[in-house]
Amino acid sequence: MRRRAKTPRRKDADVKVDMTVNGTPESHEVEARTLLVNYLRDTLGLTGTNIGCDTTSCGACTVLLNGQSVKSCTVLAAQAAGDDVTTIEGLAHEDGRMHPVQQAFQECHGLQCGYCTPGMVMAITSLLSENPEPTEEEVRVGLEGNFCRCTGYHNIVASALMASRVPEMHQ
Amino acid sequence: MIPACFDYVRAGSVDEAIGLLSEHGDDAKLLAGGHSLLPLMKLRLAQPAMLVDIGRLSELSYVKEEKEYVAVGALTRHHDVAISAVALTRAPVLAHVAGQIGDPQVRHRGTIGGSIAHGDPASDLPAVLLALGGTLVVQGPNGRREIDAKDFFLSFFEVAMTPEEVLVEVRVPRSEGQWGFEKLTKRAQDWAIVGAVAVRTSNGVGVGLINMGPVPLRASAVETAVASGANASEAAQLAAEGSEPSADFNGSVAYRQHVAKVLVRRALEKAGV
Amino acid sequence: MSILGNRVLRREDPKFLTVGGTYVADLDLPGSVHLTFVRSSMAHAKILSVDTSGAKAMPGVVAVYTNEDLGMARMPTIMSMTNEAMTPPMLASRTVRYVGEPIVAIAAESREIAEDAIEQVVVEYDPLTVVIDPVEARKDEALLFPEAGTNTSFTLDFGGDETLFDDCEVVVELTLVNQRVAPCPMEGRSAAGHLTKDGRLEFNSATQAPHRVRDALAGLLGLELDKVHIVTPDVGGGFGAKASVYPEDIVVGWCALRLGRPVRWTETRSESMLGLGHGRAQVQHVRMGGTREGVITAYRIEVIQDSGAYPGFGTVLPFMTRIMTSGPYKIPKAEFQSVSVVTNSTPTVAYRGAGRPEATAAIERIMDVFAREIAMDPAELRRRNLIGKEEFPYTTPVETVYDVGDYHQALELALEVAGYDDLRAEQSRRRTSGDVRQLGIGVACYVEITNGLPDGEFGAVEVRPDGKIIVRTGTSPHGQGHVTAWSMLVAEQMGVSIDDIEVLYGDTDIVPRGAGTMGSRSLQIGGAAVNQAAVDVVEKAKDLAADLFEADRDDIVLDKSNGRFHVVGTPAVSRSWGELAKAAVAKDGNPLFAEVDLASPGPTFPFGTHLSVVEVDTETGKVTLLRHIAVDDAGRIINPLLAEGQVHGGIAQGVAQALLEEVVYDLDGNPLTSTFADYSFISAAELPSFETRFTETPTPINALGAKGIGESGTIGSTPAVQNAVCDAVAHLGVRHVDMPTTPIRVWNAMNDAAAGEDAEKEGR
Repeated sequence: MRRRAKTPRRKDADVKVDMTVNGTPESHEVEARTLLVNYLRDTLGLTGTNIGCDTTSCGACTVLLNGQSVKSCTVLAAQAAGDDVTTIEGLAHEDGRMHPVQQAFQECHGLQCGYCTPGMVMAITSLLSENPEPTEEEVRVGLEGNFCRCTGYHNIVASALMASRVPEMHQ
Repeated sequence: MIPACFDYVRAGSVDEAIGLLSEHGDDAKLLAGGHSLLPLMKLRLAQPAMLVDIGRLSELSYVKEEKEYVAVGALTRHHDVAISAVALTRAPVLAHVAGQIGDPQVRHRGTIGGSIAHGDPASDLPAVLLALGGTLVVQGPNGRREIDAKDFFLSFFEVAMTPEEVLVEVRVPRSEGQWGFEKLTKRAQDWAIVGAVAVRTSNGVGVGLINMGPVPLRASAVETAVASGANASEAAQLAAEGSEPSADFNGSVAYRQHVAKVLVRRALEKAGV
Repeated sequence: MSILGNRVLRREDPKFLTVGGTYVADLDLPGSVHLTFVRSSMAHAKILSVDTSGAKAMPGVVAVYTNEDLGMARMPTIMSMTNEAMTPPMLASRTVRYVGEPIVAIAAESREIAEDAIEQVVVEYDPLTVVIDPVEARKDEALLFPEAGTNTSFTLDFGGDETLFDDCEVVVELTLVNQRVAPCPMEGRSAAGHLTKDGRLEFNSATQAPHRVRDALAGLLGLELDKVHIVTPDVGGGFGAKASVYPEDIVVGWCALRLGRPVRWTETRSESMLGLGHGRAQVQHVRMGGTREGVITAYRIEVIQDSGAYPGFGTVLPFMTRIMTSGPYKIPKAEFQSVSVVTNSTPTVAYRGAGRPEATAAIERIMDVFAREIAMDPAELRRRNLIGKEEFPYTTPVETVYDVGDYHQALELALEVAGYDDLRAEQSRRRTSGDVRQLGIGVACYVEITNGLPDGEFGAVEVRPDGKIIVRTGTSPHGQGHVTAWSMLVAEQMGVSIDDIEVLYGDTDIVPRGAGTMGSRSLQIGGAAVNQAAVDVVEKAKDLAADLFEADRDDIVLDKSNGRFHVVGTPAVSRSWGELAKAAVAKDGNPLFAEVDLASPGPTFPFGTHLSVVEVDTETGKVTLLRHIAVDDAGRIINPLLAEGQVHGGIAQGVAQALLEEVVYDLDGNPLTSTFADYSFISAAELPSFETRFTETPTPINALGAKGIGESGTIGSTPAVQNAVCDAVAHLGVRHVDMPTTPIRVWNAMNDAAAGEDAEKEGR
């Protein structure tokens, strides 16, 4: 269920923001101080991306910006104007089949409460695009900016390594 | 979590940015990658009235090989420095350190210029710049000027730029020789408790220290010792000279001084001393 | 073919992986106001004035409330064991007692405006003396509650035998700190409330105990229980801290009633680090005595528990610590004493293990000290003292009755998986060569109490006419996978596919009663209740089938391979669950269902051995965890995938406490670790993959034979890691390093040891 922003803003501090989100062009006027994560969650109703901290530490807000992982809490929506954003909601295939990283998380029990999961999945997707056959060490260091409290990371790392072995990821 | 309100302008050129900074003075701050500034603004520790976004000035994103040095545009993202073939071959310590900053997401956004202009003595790049004997190129209303790294870091979060100036390029001498970079942290992503970098340049071995004072430091006593033939162990004994480390719950002054010696020794060994 | 014991993948996952969970902050609540709080920046002060006029005047601010506006009773303290005078108000009004204590509530049209408005509120403070150290607080010099006349909130005094150690050949003592940590669930606290058309308060909470929230709201807001409806969405972790109801939750409810609009509150991480309860925070003094041959005969532990500013569950944690005083050892004499005190810091609450990790950490540390004293291998010392498997049920000196266990099996398996002898050989090599990187090996044997509170649990199973099964449970999962696990239990009993089962929880209209999820209780009491309800439904179905088939009740067979009922001998003539459900309704209008309120059969005691291998850089003190081996026994394992996940998560938190995490206050009570940048939340880069094994010694206590597993990983891992660090530098004369064993702490310990040795050599 998408939430549309209906709250009063300081109109004099608005900017116009156009970007493509999960393949769909979006255009809105938002306060300049609107963080990308809040634009995605509150204006577009894409609540899959979560907020876990306020110091750019935890990575729960990770999305892909032009294919690269970024912490959307530390990007202004205005900075992403003209960019291509992919959130967890946009990762699965058009026909509904899960992306190999999503599939690996299911098979490896890579999530428990699910709060860090969208950020983890997006971070791993980006990591594997830059390093398609990482070692376990490289996965772990590559996830230093993504916190999880439930899983102890063991199965998240296993998920990343399993996904890296899926042929589709190397096309 | 939410910054205070501000006005936002996207600058179409460096000159336009300079014009806006000149016009608005202290009220305006530059926004590059945003990974030094936005975290402060979200905690409301900084509340600039205006942000001048220069993040789209792609003409400032490059890693170029010049005759004597490697030129890195100030808006080059850390990730791009880390994977740049030029940086990897001509200034490998720079590529390595850029590839360790923060985490992958931070490296996709943070810029070398933003990080250096921030002037944080706990961040890694300034120490590397000092060790390499780099140069900063800034542009202001009166044109461009070059500032040696050793003259750039004035005090805690204060650099030798006027409020109307924009850092446009970072230059590091070509340094294809051996190098060592050692950082003590509790967690991989943490700021250094203490860090040391040692690199062979055409002038000998440059040694920089991270978080050993209110500004990034060169371990000059160490450099002099190495130049006079001291080995890594001997030279490293002087690592803490001229430093002013602070005490916090991660380390006492004595501890930091001790660790500086250890890390400098290890960095020197990796740099072939 | 039994589904139980299989690694069934989670049914919960696809939603989380494709669109994400729906947490309180994600709920669509049109027209809602956003609530936020002005929090104290002083650790201890009188409030001289609160000026809310600036905030009230801001466009978009709907209301600003202080405690006077609320006019509510105080927030009840935990049980009646603690001092009534120490009850917190909903919002601070006269005195603030910790940094982060809420003072003013601001309701605004948007989150942004609410945060802007915080800056407009001006609070004037008159500082009072701050006491942060619980040892200091105990002296009662600076009092947090002058009316109480003391800082002591709770005591347990089961000591006093002066002769306890008289017959001991060897006695060792140690003072150690089980430091304050922050639970840090990835989702902070969040709540929302609105008045429904029929005048009920519908409330969403990121809670571990929906019925507890309902009862607290009803009681404090003066509402009948049936006027409060809790709907729990997905919850992003809790670890015990979300089992408490917080004043902010009550204020959200109050505002919803008062404003007539939905009210929502989602704290920031910085708020959470101050406002969500903290964990552990014990100073312990332990004494252990025994023979030179390594037989432990006496043990005493004295605890000073830091309650934080207001006694909540944290103040009674020693109650749980005491239960596990003597650990898995057959120590004939053991004593426990504790004093809980208030300090000017965040109140402490239950946090993964809640009092039991503290017990294990204390005894496991002193066991290593004892082993060193008599020059015995620490694994051997444990081997000699573990309770034997024939000795159960075993009553400990503090009168805890352990159900069943094979502690030696877990120890031997852990040593085998670790390759213990090879590790010791490698350690020896490095010591001889004076390697900068020294190896440390730490062993910890633990036993812990799960389902330790007396609550029973509700479980219900209903069959719909279309054959779908509706399960209702009083547990409140927030990552544990109960939907999958309860489906497995029901599928096992009823012969249905788990995909035909829907599991409902967290909604107090749908689930009339429940004690929630904490204390590693859910499977053994909640799953057991659901299991019993399924058993009961099978019995009722057989009665119906007997009618339908006009056969003898005893001749009815449930073929679990296809979930169909038939008369023995004629399987071709069968009825499905759906058909029987229709028959039930046809018979007397009631659906085919069973409801169970399962009384607790008592606690169970999972156990195990953890072994850690660390490397210490002796030049910097930095510790790296190389390997962590965990052998855990939680009785019968229903889903090994889920059980492993619980152990993994527990290990990470336990390792984090040993190596990295601590909540730090300066002497003025200012928190120094109140963001994720300052608090050393452990990341994947600091951890290896774990080597886990289960042994299964089914418990006779409950029908499933299952014990809890949720907290075992934390309980076993912390002391294993701490022991490993101490072990790595023991040959340098280090006796003990307090947690977290950060580089500076390890280095200081090495330096102190060296200085001590120098002093000895110089005859000082």
